Amino acid sequence: MAGDGESRLLFDRRAFFLGGVQVVAGAALIGRMAQLSIAEADRYTTAAEDNRVALHLIPPRRGWIVDATGAALATNRPAYAVELTPSLVGDLEAALERIGAIVPLDDADRARIREAAREAPPSASVAIADDIGWDAYAALNLELADMDGLQPLKTYVRHYPDGPAFGHLVGYVGPPTAEQYRKARDPLYLLPGFRVGKDGVERAQEDSLRGKPGARRVEVNARGRIVQELDTRPDVPGGTVQLTIDRGLQAYAAARVGTESVSAVVIDCLTGDIKCLLSMPAFDPNVFSNRIPSKLWKELQDDEAKPLLNKTLQGLYVPGSTFKMVTALAALSEGVLPTDTVFCSGRYTVGGNTWHCHRRSGHGTVAMRSGIAKSCNVFFYATARRIGAQAVADMARKLGLEAKFDLPMPIQRKGLVPDPAWKKDRYGQAWSVADTLNMAIGQGYLIANPLQLAVMTARIATGRLVEPRMKPSETLPLFEPLAIPPAYLEEVRQGMNDVVNGPGGTARGARLPVEGITVAGKTGTAQVRRITAAERRRGVRSNASLPWKFRDHALFVAFAPVEAPRYAISVIVEHGSSGSQAAAPIARDLLTWIYDREKAEAALARVLETREQARRARAAAQARAEAAAQAAAQAGPTPAGPPPPEAAPGSVQP
Amino acid sequence: MMMGLLNARWPQRILQLPWRIIFLVSAIGAFAVVVLYSAAGGSMTPWALNHAIRFSLSLGLAMALSQVPMRVWLGIAYPAYAAILAALIATELLGAVSGGSQRWLDLGVIRLQPSELMKIAIVLALARFYHFLPRGYSGTLAGIWPPLLMIALPVGFVLLQPDLGTSLMILAGGLTIMFLGGLPLRWFLIPGAIGLAALPFLYNLLEDYQKRRVAIFLDPEADPLGAGYHITQSKIAIGSGGISGKGFLQGSQSHLQYLPEQQTDFVFATMAEEWGLAGGVGLLLCYGIFLNWGIRLSFQTQTVFGRLLAAGLSMTIFFYVLINTMMVMGLAPVVGIPFPLVSYGGSAMLTVMIAFGMLMSIYRQRELRHI
Repeated sequence: MAGDGESRLLFDRRAFFLGGVQVVAGAALIGRMAQLSIAEADRYTTAAEDNRVALHLIPPRRGWIVDATGAALATNRPAYAVELTPSLVGDLEAALERIGAIVPLDDADRARIREAAREAPPSASVAIADDIGWDAYAALNLELADMDGLQPLKTYVRHYPDGPAFGHLVGYVGPPTAEQYRKARDPLYLLPGFRVGKDGVERAQEDSLRGKPGARRVEVNARGRIVQELDTRPDVPGGTVQLTIDRGLQAYAAARVGTESVSAVVIDCLTGDIKCLLSMPAFDPNVFSNRIPSKLWKELQDDEAKPLLNKTLQGLYVPGSTFKMVTALAALSEGVLPTDTVFCSGRYTVGGNTWHCHRRSGHGTVAMRSGIAKSCNVFFYATARRIGAQAVADMARKLGLEAKFDLPMPIQRKGLVPDPAWKKDRYGQAWSVADTLNMAIGQGYLIANPLQLAVMTARIATGRLVEPRMKPSETLPLFEPLAIPPAYLEEVRQGMNDVVNGPGGTARGARLPVEGITVAGKTGTAQVRRITAAERRRGVRSNASLPWKFRDHALFVAFAPVEAPRYAISVIVEHGSSGSQAAAPIARDLLTWIYDREKAEAALARVLETREQARRARAAAQARAEAAAQAAAQAGPTPAGPPPPEAAPGSVQP
Repeated sequence: MMMGLLNARWPQRILQLPWRIIFLVSAIGAFAVVVLYSAAGGSMTPWALNHAIRFSLSLGLAMALSQVPMRVWLGIAYPAYAAILAALIATELLGAVSGGSQRWLDLGVIRLQPSELMKIAIVLALARFYHFLPRGYSGTLAGIWPPLLMIALPVGFVLLQPDLGTSLMILAGGLTIMFLGGLPLRWFLIPGAIGLAALPFLYNLLEDYQKRRVAIFLDPEADPLGAGYHITQSKIAIGSGGISGKGFLQGSQSHLQYLPEQQTDFVFATMAEEWGLAGGVGLLLCYGIFLNWGIRLSFQTQTVFGRLLAAGLSMTIFFYVLINTMMVMGLAPVVGIPFPLVSYGGSAMLTVMIAFGMLMSIYRQRELRHI
């Protein structure tokens, strides 16, 4: 290959060029690497740390809710749960099958888990089951070895020692809604074990009860698997919320009320402390805090006794005769003297229309005290007309009706105190005399909740603007006095005293079996539905012959002791027909409990005994009816004749 | 006695080997074992031990190849090219039968990746072509179409597989020889300009996943969790390594598997995370010395065939390093070219070691004037 110097030169030039390309490329690569590892090192170091370290939040332990003495109304119970990280599991169905062999999972659970697994972000866990018990927890721990993504956990479950008795008051907890997460944008909300208050104090005091989440810093690999724990910051448990409630009193009240549809409110008149805020029937917050079974929810929703409604704050009732003291106080503040009398002939006529007193023969000459004691409608008709509707409405508002109080509860319905301006605004009609007369005796448009009635009673009892409260404080609050002479007020209180203690009082059943403590009160009846003329013709005269849900509500408000009022109470028995028969005895037993627990417990024992007897009688009657129906069915297939329309009771006895 | 032994034929031949370069390459291989040991979380299995064995065996092969006479290389150039091209076609046909992408030809004993060996075969065949091409003919039509065809055939079949990275390397290797063979510059500049203009059209010919890779290369942050994940995580690994690295066995990106393909295509990032810029520069300098030796060898070699072969093989190894590091540092799309001798995997190591063996063979016969 001699003589190819020229091509050799060309090769050398070009090979040299390629060598140069290599050098330039090498320098460029080193430059680029330096750019990454020197100029941008901070950024990439942070990115690597972000990759490596994951923050696993620990849900904070919720604060306790306790009563005035420190007795627990809501606590945390150690429990076991199981979670699953779908991204690590692989075959979700197979995993559910395996877990299902240990923890029973129904179709609804599986559907929920599948849905959650689809929507969960890559590293998030999904709750499989809460409160699974130690045995299941131990069994699941054995599965851990060969099952990625499975996480048996030690957790806390909210515990309500008294169950339904405090359901409406304390509320319950549950997982936050998607809506709440969107608003809060807090990763805490995505933790399967995290719960927020859904009702009652739990909801209203969420901020105090929640606490601050702890965090585990863990090293995770690209698949989200924890490689090692780095460090842990413990959670800060939520604060304890103390209430003025008396756990013993309310638990007693719940037992005393039984299955009836009742609200009972007890207020300490000196401090405004709400000692009891009971609404029955109620749900069990222990059940609700776990997961609300849809069947149970539907049953509760359809229940005529409205167990999902907190009647003490959201139930609105026509106050009826319990409102008569308001009319009386309105009159006193307008300059009417307690000694001013009205003659009751049993009827009251205005402009050709006649209103009746509940006693057809009339009460004769009635003054303020006897008017209240006898609950004379005519007296209050006449008195209200004298001072006008506006004065009555003003006094009603002053005594706490149509008011919302500063309480740690999510919902209060304020009801309505009608007045001429309201009617004009609402219906475009002028206020009529009939409206005034209706309002005078607590009927018509007037509606109030049981707490308002208790506050009203406390204000009448003390003559001061008692402000109810649920959170205790050391200082004794100073309530502003009503602008009514104490002596006049005393007449009204004596009227209430006569209702209970006077001869022929309407609520003698409310007298306490406790020596030295006298109760003053007032009954009321709120009509749910008028008995129609057609029903009257059919022979329906009294409430007892109506279906339960059409019977009148029974109301009773009271305070004790009469001489130095300390406790005010309102009791409403839905469809209880008679304030004196249904509501007053409950108020009596609650007040008895405050002053003498032994006697109260004895009274409760008697009530339970009666209830048990009634239950047995019902059961026996039902058994007889069933046996009769069965016998009739056996006798039924006789060859000729149509089957008898109904079995003759007692005709066939097995 | 001693001198006599050393002056005997075989010891003399062994002493003539470029030992400094052999130590350098061995150092790269040893470092690779260390890196792979760490990548496995501090374990010889599954990669480090295998790598060490393969490296030793293929280094032995390279040293054996160093003894091959030049005329043998010249003689097998075309048959080897033809055989590998046939294997490439066979692979493609088998792939078409079995459905899906096929890169391996399973010969029972070993699984051969013909496209990998083609990187050498193309250089060999073209070197032979130019060796016998009379002076002045490299610019004529008769001097242009045969090498073009020889390049186009394998590039086309590898593209069909589809393997963009390897076909690019075969193309680059072939063009390098044509360039060194004396093809007039206008033949590079004009098609280069046309190719640049036709880039959008060529882009449309790419497979969907290849298009996606190119798009993501241009903007990796657009899809940090999806396909851009590779590039992003690789840059994080290199960047977080800093100047001196996180230390042996301390790379979180690789150990926690954030870095994909940590032992194969992205092994450079695995290394850089623990050894930092210092490790990266060191490794690149080693290759700089190695490649510089190869290029200098081409100057010293007397035969056209030897010169072209030496420069062409050096450039082929250079393309491995260049494409891989550009990809790992986010300067090129993810194309699946390993880092030579460090990435875990047999085929690429075999190719590079065969090239090294041929380089040593040329080195031994660099003074040869006729073949």
